[in-house]
Amino acid sequence: MNFPILSLVTFAPLIGAAAILAVPRANAARWIALITTVVTFAVSLLVWAEFDTHVAGFQLVEKANWLGGGISYHMGVDGISMLFVVLTAGLMPFCIAASWDSIQNRVPEYMIAFLVLETLMIGVFCALDLVLFYVLFEGGLIPMFLIIGVWGGKRRVYASFKFFLYTFTGSVLMLLAIMAMYWYAGTSDIVTLLNGVHFPPGMQTWLWLAFFASFAVKMPMWPVHTWLPDAHVEAPTAGSVILAGILLKMGGYGFLRFSLPMFPSASEMFAPLVFTLSIVAIIYTSLVALAQEDMKKLIAYSSVAHMGFVTMGIFTLTHQGVEGGLFQMLSHGVVSGALFLCVGVVYDRMHTREIAAYGGLVNRMPIYAACFMVFTLANVGLPGTSGFIGEFLTTLGAFLHNSWIAIFAATGTILSAAYALYLYRRIIFGALVKPALKTIQDLSLREVAILAPLVVVTIVLGVYPKPVFDVTTPSVAKLIHDNQTALAFDHAAGKVAILEKGTAR
Amino acid sequence: MTLQTDLMVLLPELILAVGAMALLLVGAVGGERTTPMITWGAIGLLVLSGVAAVLWMPDHATAFHGAFVADSFARFAKLLILIGAAFSILLADEFFLPLVQARFELPVLMLLATLGMLLMVSANSFISLYMGLELQSLALYVLAAFNRDHLRSTEAGLKYFVLGALSSGMMLYGITLIYGFTGTVEFTRVAQVTGQAGVGIGLIFGLVFLISGLAFKVSAVPFHMWTPDVYEGAPTPITAYLATAAKVAAMALFLRAILTAFPHALVQWRQIIIAISVLSMALGAIAALGQKNIKRLMAYSSIGHMGYALLGLAAGTAVGARGVLIYLFIYVFTNLGVFACIQAMRRGGKPVEAIADLAGLARTHPKLGLIFSLLFLSLAGLPPLAGFFAKFYVFLAAIQAGLIWPAVLGVLASAIGLVYYLRLVKVMYFDEPAPAFDGAMAPGSRAILVISGAVALLFIVAASPIISGADAAAKALFP
Repeated sequence: MNFPILSLVTFAPLIGAAAILAVPRANAARWIALITTVVTFAVSLLVWAEFDTHVAGFQLVEKANWLGGGISYHMGVDGISMLFVVLTAGLMPFCIAASWDSIQNRVPEYMIAFLVLETLMIGVFCALDLVLFYVLFEGGLIPMFLIIGVWGGKRRVYASFKFFLYTFTGSVLMLLAIMAMYWYAGTSDIVTLLNGVHFPPGMQTWLWLAFFASFAVKMPMWPVHTWLPDAHVEAPTAGSVILAGILLKMGGYGFLRFSLPMFPSASEMFAPLVFTLSIVAIIYTSLVALAQEDMKKLIAYSSVAHMGFVTMGIFTLTHQGVEGGLFQMLSHGVVSGALFLCVGVVYDRMHTREIAAYGGLVNRMPIYAACFMVFTLANVGLPGTSGFIGEFLTTLGAFLHNSWIAIFAATGTILSAAYALYLYRRIIFGALVKPALKTIQDLSLREVAILAPLVVVTIVLGVYPKPVFDVTTPSVAKLIHDNQTALAFDHAAGKVAILEKGTAR
Repeated sequence: MTLQTDLMVLLPELILAVGAMALLLVGAVGGERTTPMITWGAIGLLVLSGVAAVLWMPDHATAFHGAFVADSFARFAKLLILIGAAFSILLADEFFLPLVQARFELPVLMLLATLGMLLMVSANSFISLYMGLELQSLALYVLAAFNRDHLRSTEAGLKYFVLGALSSGMMLYGITLIYGFTGTVEFTRVAQVTGQAGVGIGLIFGLVFLISGLAFKVSAVPFHMWTPDVYEGAPTPITAYLATAAKVAAMALFLRAILTAFPHALVQWRQIIIAISVLSMALGAIAALGQKNIKRLMAYSSIGHMGYALLGLAAGTAVGARGVLIYLFIYVFTNLGVFACIQAMRRGGKPVEAIADLAGLARTHPKLGLIFSLLFLSLAGLPPLAGFFAKFYVFLAAIQAGLIWPAVLGVLASAIGLVYYLRLVKVMYFDEPAPAFDGAMAPGSRAILVISGAVALLFIVAASPIISGADAAAKALFP
């Protein structure tokens, strides 16, 4: 067994949280949190460096006894999960930096909540045991609940309860499904379940639905997305970044890790449902986004639409669709996070998120306008930005599967250009007429330091996405291959059953 | 079977019985000033009894012609009861001292009730079962009314007594029917007879009455009516005692009586247990939503929790019994911490009990607020806290036994229950602070808080030995 690097990257934030608990002063807490998250990010890059891009299976595996009876502490990453670890660790320093001045009360608690959340989120992507996965998946709700509820806006109580209850109710059904899988397979080990266990098609249907209940809420898919705009609007800036950047990705990750490979027949059966919901999400929420008066709400609805591309892509089960969905999740993690940071910048100055309160910002804030422009275009999916790759590949995958889906999805892309550019025009362009805006300051050095790296990542990934695909391709190929094999097995078994019925008759 | 081996089986009980009488004499002779000595003497006896249960009690033996049994199941339950009792006595000492109502009878009565509970979990026949149960109940009736100048406390004692007597009567009636139709009162013999002769309608009548009586003791719906009033009226440490030690004893008794005496009537009793389990989970979750008094809220919470534990019993397997034992373990520690917190809610020397009094606790008393919130989130069953694993293991058993729909209803009830636990956290963390509580907590309460907070937080890393202990204990019921 090698050095347990995944445990290190997972639990390093907890060490920082303990340090803050020992020195509960505002400034010390900020610095400890920043240093911890930067170190964690460095370790996560080390994970990337250690990762062998030629291997399709799980790597950097750690295993230890935990609860006994086939439930163990099992960690490992493959091409699907590894980049999410890097994304999570990479976004956290930005969250801490973005909260530097805007959070003034109860700073130590705030930083502890974020560090605990980081541990749980990284753990979700590393866990190779269903029970461990569930514990970490659900555990993230508590710190997020506190972040929204304590440091949020006016309707924070409503938003935090809604967030908690939606996601919790979805997940408890998944818990029962996990138990059923445990008794069927005798273990909750994900590697064993992926490689050696085949659930009967009838059982798959129920298990798939239970997992779907959890992941669809988390994604969120239409029509269970309504918690997201509320949570986004009320959460502090860094909370929104994490919510959009990481928490939403857990749903897509769950589909890729569990639903597709473990329940292939059910996935095939329910794919039309997923496509329908995705298309509705893409078109309907884009239209809703057009009508929003609140910047954060608009971006929240655009997130739902973009996640629609993800679900659409991965359920086509084509190379293009799945890789596109993965890429879209990573890209959206960066871009939507950056957009929320941009909103946070002007919110810190004006204390309003109403679009009508702004206009003509380019006159006073040219650097801000430029950064915002990059992220807006990435959100639209302009070629040359990271947003393009994901949308193009998912639509391509959908076209291979069924051209009608692709046509509807493309319509959504046009709508996304409409709402994003409309937002940009109303905030940045036009004459600077609002008196309150006459003295607004451009980005401070700290804010430039936050947004500049994200601009670079957005453009580099858009021009040169190869490092990402190097990591994901072998694992995605394995996923699709395993899925086809299992499907063929199910179909053969189904035919045998029909034949047997025929002979019996 | 010599007398000596018989006595070794009952050694933990004997220590308590003899010790309690000695302490009573000391108190009667020495008067009120001996109270601190008696309190610590009682805690010492409980510790000694625990040591006896672990070291000197035989691993598997019966005593007095099969009336009592010593096995790892009894040991597990006894230790939990003793922990609950010792901590409750500690709480009681710190509760009554500032109120100048300390009386030496209190620890003695708690010892006697604990003695009854230990007999209950060792009982191997319906006669010894009833004996232990009544010893426990009579002491508890007095304890609930211990604040005798306090209207609510006396009301609680009386209510508890009247309804308790009714349920004892029903249970006794059930026992007579069981005896009448099987010709024996011993659990294992009842199982043998029903295995050979089948389960007749008369026996089922007896079983139903027995379950009704037991359901009263664990406060399962529809026999839960007494719980909110008694929880609210009884002094806080006595409520803690009722919620921890008494519940463990009743639930352990429930498990042993049903699983060892009626394995052949599984089909018949399972549907009853499922019904009361699901109803308890639902009522506990829904009725708690509207509560304004924290102790009443804890009463509904405990009704709900007993519902979850009963789901493990409904599975009717060793895995299910293991789930119940893990549940009880976590439940005892969490509830002790919660009641230590409730006891710390004092303003101007007087206890306050409204949920609104907790407002902004995280700012006025950050540490208390943090532990209180952790305990509530643990009770709500959120991972990574201990309460999640409690629910996990009972639901795991239910799924294995094929009880899918009760499990689905159970998790949905837990989602409803989550609302009121979250509301408590919201009051403590989101709301504007109410006036602070009186100064520092007493050292005993503080120690209990730290211990139960540690269990809630660290169970996830230290679960393995407890799970295997519960596993061994559960298997003792399925020879």
